Amino acid sequence: MPEIFELDFMIRAFGAGLLVAVIVPLIGVFLVVRRYSLMADTLAHVSLVGVAVGLLTKTHPVASAVIASTIAAVLIERLRGVKKIFAESILALFLSGSLAIAIVIISLARGLNANLLSYLFGSLSAIDTGDLYLLGALFVSVVAAVTLLYKEFFLVSFDEELAEASGVRARTLNLIMVILAAVTVSVSMRIVGVLLIGALMVIPVISARQFDRSFLQTMFLSVGFSITSVISGLFLSYYYDLASGGTIVLVSLVMFFISIVANRR
Amino acid sequence: MQMTRTHAIEVNDVCFGHDGNPILEHITFSVDEGEYLGVIGPNGGGKTTLFRIILGLLKPDSGTVLLYGQPISQFKERYLIGYVPQRVALSDMYFPATVEEVVKSGRTPRMGLFKRYKAKDKEAVENAMEMSGVSVLKDRLIGNLSGGERQRVFIARALAGEPRLLILDEPEVGVDLNAQEQFYSFVERLNSKLGMTVLLISHDIDVVAHQSKTVLCLNRKLVCHGPPKQYINEEYMQKLYGKQVRFVLHGH
Repeated sequence: MPEIFELDFMIRAFGAGLLVAVIVPLIGVFLVVRRYSLMADTLAHVSLVGVAVGLLTKTHPVASAVIASTIAAVLIERLRGVKKIFAESILALFLSGSLAIAIVIISLARGLNANLLSYLFGSLSAIDTGDLYLLGALFVSVVAAVTLLYKEFFLVSFDEELAEASGVRARTLNLIMVILAAVTVSVSMRIVGVLLIGALMVIPVISARQFDRSFLQTMFLSVGFSITSVISGLFLSYYYDLASGGTIVLVSLVMFFISIVANRR
Repeated sequence: MQMTRTHAIEVNDVCFGHDGNPILEHITFSVDEGEYLGVIGPNGGGKTTLFRIILGLLKPDSGTVLLYGQPISQFKERYLIGYVPQRVALSDMYFPATVEEVVKSGRTPRMGLFKRYKAKDKEAVENAMEMSGVSVLKDRLIGNLSGGERQRVFIARALAGEPRLLILDEPEVGVDLNAQEQFYSFVERLNSKLGMTVLLISHDIDVVAHQSKTVLCLNRKLVCHGPPKQYINEEYMQKLYGKQVRFVLHGH
């Protein structure tokens, strides 16, 4: 057995990485097709507020990140109905606003830099068994929701108005979707970090999109790309002593370029 | 079916405004089961707003809408309405989905939450694709279709739910003439052969004059409502579109 698998923290990292790699694009595909790619990044920045609060109060940073991003997701979804703000402006508002709040909170509490960095960029050694259980529960919820509500999620993403007109509860479904996105972003940030989780949610999906496949195939392809990036990213980061989050995202970027070149017409 | 005729749609004294500007004023009319109603009127005359109110997407400021005798908010069988929204042929289709996936999604409202796709659903979807002539396109991505093909996909999606009422909002936009003609004769057959109630918004007065059984002229107020022969003429068209519009109706 290669020595990488003799290290407990690397085994936990691979376990956590695989769980994240499957659920993140499952949610991401619905965000991307709705032109909501920046949603993931926005929720990640909001999570940072939660992390800062958690670190400052010495409670559970992931828990407060989940709370913060869920509240933000619900607010964003509500504001989307307001005609006088563009959907993307709402995202910009939350993205920059939450970053400001997080920076101020961080400046209030000195000496939490090392901890904070592990959330910003992801830290494999920080993943404990509790994180794995949390991710496992999230994995089950996301896979169950996407499987059970697949046809509704598809309809609402493709044509929200038709869904509403024909009696499908579009608002409720949208809310479920953004809350899943919020929780996924907050819980997954331990792996790739707050700053890069948005990338993992979007890049595998747009790579898969290049292949001009059906929605379902695009979804599976993006999960495939995501798993490949996470696994090879973890190997590369271990053997070359690189930052794991950044390496994972770089691998997915390389796959994106390959997808574009391979599908050039 | 009972012998007493309930109207498919009943619109009672509906008013709607936006930011203080009236868009619809005191609109009252009804649509019988099996009718083919063409709605015409100038841009900004409130045609689409009226459709959105009928579909329950907008709430009227006053007045009521009944679908098969029930207020829309209480109407549970919303899947009985097949809706082809405006500008589908021109819509930007980055969305990765095949024709079959799109048509299948039209079946979702009828199937209900957590229900699996069964044999009868598959049959309805295939039937809808067959009728609309898109079976051969079923594995193509909708983004790679022509305007006319896309339009047929969207009517197939509406038909997949086996609707009793078909609501079409300017389906001809972005579709070439030849495809348009085929499309409208298809819609006409859905009405005459299958007894589907059809509501059509069109800027093509010609189509409405020749296809629909009833015409409704809308310019904020209801200008006319009745057989096309009686109302599609110089006098009413000038009332509807203004004096400067010259009115020429092509014979077919």
